[in-house]
Amino acid sequence: MAYVLQRIVTMVPVLFFLSVMVFGLIHLIPGDPAQVILGQEATPEAIQQMRAKLGLDQPVPLQYWHWLQHVLTGNLGQSLVDGEPVSHLIAQRLPVTIELAVGTIVVALLIAFPFGILAAVYRGRWLDAAALFTSTVGLSVPPFWLGILLLIGFTVKLHWFPSSGYVPLWQNLGQNLHAMVLPVVATGVREAAVLMRMLRSSLLDVLHQDYVRTARAKGLYGWVVITRHALRNALIPVITTGGLQIAGLLGGLVITEQIFALPGFGSLLVQAVFSRDYTTVQGATLVAALLVVMVNLVVDLVYGVVDPRMRLGKESR
Amino acid sequence: MSQTPHSIPDAAGVPAGTAPAAIRARRRHLNLWRHRSLVLGGIIVGVIVVAAVLATFATPYDPNKQNYAALLQGMSGQHWLGTDQLGRDVFSRILVGARTSLAVAAGAVAVALVIGVPVGLVSGFYRGFWDNWVIMRIVDALQAFPFLILALVLAAVMGPGIRNAMIAIGVGYLPVFIRIVRGQVLAEVRKEYVDSARVVGCSDWRIMLRHIFPNITTPLIVQVSIAMAGGIVAEASLSYLGLGVIPPTASWGTMLHDAQGYLSQDAMLAVIPGVAIAVAVLGFNLLGEGLQEIWDPKLKE
Repeated sequence: MAYVLQRIVTMVPVLFFLSVMVFGLIHLIPGDPAQVILGQEATPEAIQQMRAKLGLDQPVPLQYWHWLQHVLTGNLGQSLVDGEPVSHLIAQRLPVTIELAVGTIVVALLIAFPFGILAAVYRGRWLDAAALFTSTVGLSVPPFWLGILLLIGFTVKLHWFPSSGYVPLWQNLGQNLHAMVLPVVATGVREAAVLMRMLRSSLLDVLHQDYVRTARAKGLYGWVVITRHALRNALIPVITTGGLQIAGLLGGLVITEQIFALPGFGSLLVQAVFSRDYTTVQGATLVAALLVVMVNLVVDLVYGVVDPRMRLGKESR
Repeated sequence: MSQTPHSIPDAAGVPAGTAPAAIRARRRHLNLWRHRSLVLGGIIVGVIVVAAVLATFATPYDPNKQNYAALLQGMSGQHWLGTDQLGRDVFSRILVGARTSLAVAAGAVAVALVIGVPVGLVSGFYRGFWDNWVIMRIVDALQAFPFLILALVLAAVMGPGIRNAMIAIGVGYLPVFIRIVRGQVLAEVRKEYVDSARVVGCSDWRIMLRHIFPNITTPLIVQVSIAMAGGIVAEASLSYLGLGVIPPTASWGTMLHDAQGYLSQDAMLAVIPGVAIAVAVLGFNLLGEGLQEIWDPKLKE
């Protein structure tokens, strides 16, 4: 319980700094943000109006306070482009990205599990070396390029998959999955490479411990020891890495969505960036960071529950 | 993974002098394999650096010269890697792209080092309130932003261009560098030589810079190599999105982006820059891996 409490207390300053950073974003714009948003030929009155709309005519701490009050009630402001509430825009786009992320994780697990276990079991042999080398290559191929290669092979040449034309999950499941296969494979390969390495080294660690030797000494067959005894404990660090990967994954999906023209969270952000829709940029950035904080919190708590050894001395690691 | 007290030393954990011949032979074999990634990585990185330097002085063609008489030509003796949709020589643009890529990645790593190392040193050395409640929590907050989203938003706010891409990616790297330096400092501060330095009357700054810092450069160099790999991908990503280098400057990312419009006419146009990115990233990853395996004997093969 103390662990959970401590973990939540340390989150308070994190959330504070995070909110300051997102809030400060608009002040990083060189020059007058209102001028930048409206462009060179804006009239002074329009700029004045925009400044008032953005609250830029108030002292900065007050601006932050007002902004924070809105954010805490779920009000992320309105899009500077079409006046729609930013929270609506995000809510519309987020499901696509979440589906992509879930699909990516499934692909990553499907690849990482068998090969990670095999590599650990056949440590040092050709299978291990091949798996390690493949994962090094997999780590080096940028997902967005893999995506383009898949497009060339399966869309342009073979016509198996559409190059765009996203259909929401609840409208037509088949069509939706059809459009999701290539993007999910494109991002999944890299994540699989990371997870495979982690699983392998974690499994190797565990395989040297006493209880595994005891299980072996009891006469248990090799694969039973690995799946029933070793794998369970080996998974703990893998879960953590998997959790940390979520942040990178969210970033990578921005580009994947661009390549496959998927109307997700990432393309909303890119669109907002190019139309200088700074409130949407702000809102989307905040939501992305909060998602990562939440996932990491859950992972840490799960970690603490699964492995009591980790509840203490975490800070000194 | 940290070794638990219960783990049994494996072959790699036996001191060199006492190992039976069979284990020694096995280790020599493994060492060869280990060095292979270092050597391969070193060669790849070397070739790319040379290409980038050469591109500064001369390229087969002017990388930005458009030639409407030679659009989307495939590979030929004249244009080794063909020409793009504006008739520009792809090989020349790949060479210049190597320079762009390395420059942005190196600049980003430099930004992360210049800020991250002092902050990590001081934070880990003094610990206490500032370390625990301010600096590390800012690091946590920074780390909550997905790396690419942070770089994307920063580049968007500051505007495109090589310098801004360096800063944007460098800030994204800050948390990792601060964490690594701080973690190493925490481990070093407890060691006896730090106490001795104190007893002799060294100032805190002297201890940090002259005694602790030289002992933590190893993991830092490994991280630099890995960060270079990530920086190359990040530069390509930003440029792909149109937030990196400003056209017509060649970048592997913009080349990929432009090529995507001509996939059915000339697929190689999209393959070539991707190969360049992947090979460069592989080179730096292998180099980092190789260095780590040499310097970290406990690391399991």
